[in-house]
Amino acid sequence: MSTVHVTPVRTYLFVFAALMALTLLTLGVAHVNIAHHLPGQMTDAINDAVAMAIAVTKATLVILFFMGVWHSARVNKLIVWSSLFFLVVLFAFSLADYFSRGWLGVPGK
Amino acid sequence: MTATSSHAVSGDTGETNYLNATHGIGSWLLTRDHKRIGILYLLGISVFFVLGGLMAVLIRAELATPQGDLFSSDVYNRLFTMHGILMIFFFLIPSIPAVLGNFLLPIMIGAKDLAFPRLNLASWYLYMAGGALTFVSLLTGGIDTGWTFYTPMSTNFAQGQVIVTAVGIFIAGFSSILTGLNFIVTIHRMRAPGLTWFRLPLFVWAHYATSIIQVLGTPVIAITILLVGAERLFHIGVFDPKYGGDPVLFQHLFWFYSHPAVYIMILPSMGVMSELITAFSRKRVFGYHFIAFSSLFIAVIGFLVWGHHMYISGQSVVAGAIFSFLTMLVAIPSAVKVFNWTATLYKGSISLQTPMLYALGFIGVFLIGGLTGVMLGTLGIDMHVHDTYFIVAHFHYVMVGSAIMGYLGGLHFWWPKITGRMYNEFWSKISALVIFIGFNTTFFPQFILGYLGMPRRYHMYPAEFQTWNVLSSAGATILGFGYLLPVIYLLWSLKFGEKAPANPWGAKGLEWETTSPPPVLNFATPPVVTEEAYAYETSVPAKEVTVGV
Amino acid sequence: MASETRPAPLAHHFDDYDQQREAATLGMWLFIGQELMFFGGLFLTYTVYRWKYPAYFALGSNQLDIPLGLLNTIVLIGSSLTMVLAVRSAQLGRAKQIASWLGATMTLGTAFLVIKGFEYHHKWVHHLIPGEGFQLPGTTDPAAQTFFVIYFCMTGLHALHMIVGLGLLAFLVPKALRGDFSADNHNWVEGVGLYWHFVDIIWIFLFPLLYLLGRHHA
Repeated sequence: MSTVHVTPVRTYLFVFAALMALTLLTLGVAHVNIAHHLPGQMTDAINDAVAMAIAVTKATLVILFFMGVWHSARVNKLIVWSSLFFLVVLFAFSLADYFSRGWLGVPGK
Repeated sequence: MTATSSHAVSGDTGETNYLNATHGIGSWLLTRDHKRIGILYLLGISVFFVLGGLMAVLIRAELATPQGDLFSSDVYNRLFTMHGILMIFFFLIPSIPAVLGNFLLPIMIGAKDLAFPRLNLASWYLYMAGGALTFVSLLTGGIDTGWTFYTPMSTNFAQGQVIVTAVGIFIAGFSSILTGLNFIVTIHRMRAPGLTWFRLPLFVWAHYATSIIQVLGTPVIAITILLVGAERLFHIGVFDPKYGGDPVLFQHLFWFYSHPAVYIMILPSMGVMSELITAFSRKRVFGYHFIAFSSLFIAVIGFLVWGHHMYISGQSVVAGAIFSFLTMLVAIPSAVKVFNWTATLYKGSISLQTPMLYALGFIGVFLIGGLTGVMLGTLGIDMHVHDTYFIVAHFHYVMVGSAIMGYLGGLHFWWPKITGRMYNEFWSKISALVIFIGFNTTFFPQFILGYLGMPRRYHMYPAEFQTWNVLSSAGATILGFGYLLPVIYLLWSLKFGEKAPANPWGAKGLEWETTSPPPVLNFATPPVVTEEAYAYETSVPAKEVTVGV
Repeated sequence: MASETRPAPLAHHFDDYDQQREAATLGMWLFIGQELMFFGGLFLTYTVYRWKYPAYFALGSNQLDIPLGLLNTIVLIGSSLTMVLAVRSAQLGRAKQIASWLGATMTLGTAFLVIKGFEYHHKWVHHLIPGEGFQLPGTTDPAAQTFFVIYFCMTGLHALHMIVGLGLLAFLVPKALRGDFSADNHNWVEGVGLYWHFVDIIWIFLFPLLYLLGRHHA
């Protein structure tokens, strides 16, 4: 007999409802110039940050509950974290190159 | 004793083993047995080694004289490109994992097979399909971009079979990913009772680390290949500056995989080293935990250093400095291994059989390869020797000197287990020596050539470089003979070699607790592990192998 | 335990159903890890080119149809719900229910692709396919193609993954009806489920990154 955790339908419906709400939220927020409404100087990037925060929240809900990581073996969680880590490395180090060009005044770099 | 097997393990008694259990080509081409699949890979990689080696022979023949007289520049470009592609993607990357890893991993952990046997067979077919496409490319002219197929050359200007070759590599990449996936699941979920993580042979740790790189690194080059193919096919501008594209982005994506790829090539070899050195010093390995964790550190830090291939590509100096610092870091776990192997040798009961000769050769050659890597990681030095023969020498020291010597050492060590036959020890020792001499004669002069300024990928050079080039080509001839010898005596042993006992070396490990060759399900009764890895008693002298010298 | 499912097969190299299931799940997660890195290269490409050409990206994004994008997002997340309900039915050994939920997932997945097809057709008609004949209103700079190169590469790769997913689902439905999936062994359903959710997650990021740029400027 195998031992499997069965999630109640209610949980799945709550998660679905949250995903729908977050989708509509990201749609709405995209039309609002957040930097404009906040005090002080804020770059345009704040809209991007909010959009990504919402997307990450949605993805987290899918990973934890639809993909069952919340109740899953430790090693599966380790794979999720490791993959994310290497993805971040790919981004961080590549962008570090682009963003730091010209910092030291060396011609062409 | 570790195993609770009740069967006599004193050798091949004519019983059924994985080789004779079923017959016919169909039983091999449709096998799910990891041992047979290992042999299928052995055949495949040997073919590609010969093809890649042929390219090398032609290259060294051309380079014996300063003029570009044997081949046109265009043909020469295709020679070194195909040499690199065949050797890296179709020989080195699969070599130890797909042959020795496939064969030994389940046995070393006391399992009946890998976690996904059918996926394992599919991986072999993917490898062969990718290889077949690349072979077609070779026959129809190959490509001239260098194995690194930098854009915009590969997308806009290269003549030749860029797309065919790219697809071949793409398909073979999935073979690599799925093999790594299979290994990780197997190691996590199928260890025998009593086999805790820190009782695993270091060969297993090395393959675990390698598999992480294969699974998470290879997809990035896969998508890069797709983008290059799309750009070439549909004339869109992904990396083309005319359409706003950035060639340096290609390099970031390419090297993100291709640097960790070199650790795919060396880590399994290091795993073999831990097995050989302990067996032939008759000693527990020094610092087991350090060696185990160093494999993981190499895998992780290896993903953080790719920019050291791009110091002069227009990458920012700040990023270059970061990558340089991290490159220094990645050398540390490698050094830890070398120190620990040396400490294992110290006061060990050393016997110089062929696998040990390869192991000792590895340590010397890896030292040079690794240290020159640290030199190249330094921004100031790389500025001058980048794209010279110094680089060529460095990577051949680690890829040929270290990785291939590890492969050959492992092949000799486990040959009795895999085939049930002993090879001729005299000729195997001769060939190990010939390979060591030939290798160093070929590649050490190239360090000098690179330092003196001879650029790589050129088939003509100033006359003052000829002496070193002739020495290198002479070495290549010697090396070629060295590689030919094992083909002869290993094949000879299949028919005429003495039948091997279960444990001809008196070594520790679950693979030595079963017959040579093993039965189809690896063990007569599933083993239970009760002791640490490499539990040699230091007072027992080395067991002599009683075969002809 | 429902009597409508058949006895669960156990592969010869596994000791018990738990080991077999854990191996299958771990294997699928590793596959998803590599898929993440596969798409990751494209997301990096997006990031670099958006950083270089923010105006062209906003211009290009404004050409995309938000209502269709929103509809597709709802459809795909809905298909994730039906997929997870299929997996749940498998955990409970309810053969016919599995097939129904798988069928619903296939229907929603197909709807997604049909809508995508309409969008691609629109791009074709309005000369927004990169290459010869590309024409983005508001600029003649060839670099402006970059957004659409990324758009087609990312949504194209995503759609390819959806098609493979539909194929896998089609493979599962007859097996479900035959009662092949029991509480002890429904690894195929779980595995395809994980794959399907991953493809959904990719879209969760594609929607804001491709459709919603530059909309906050009046």
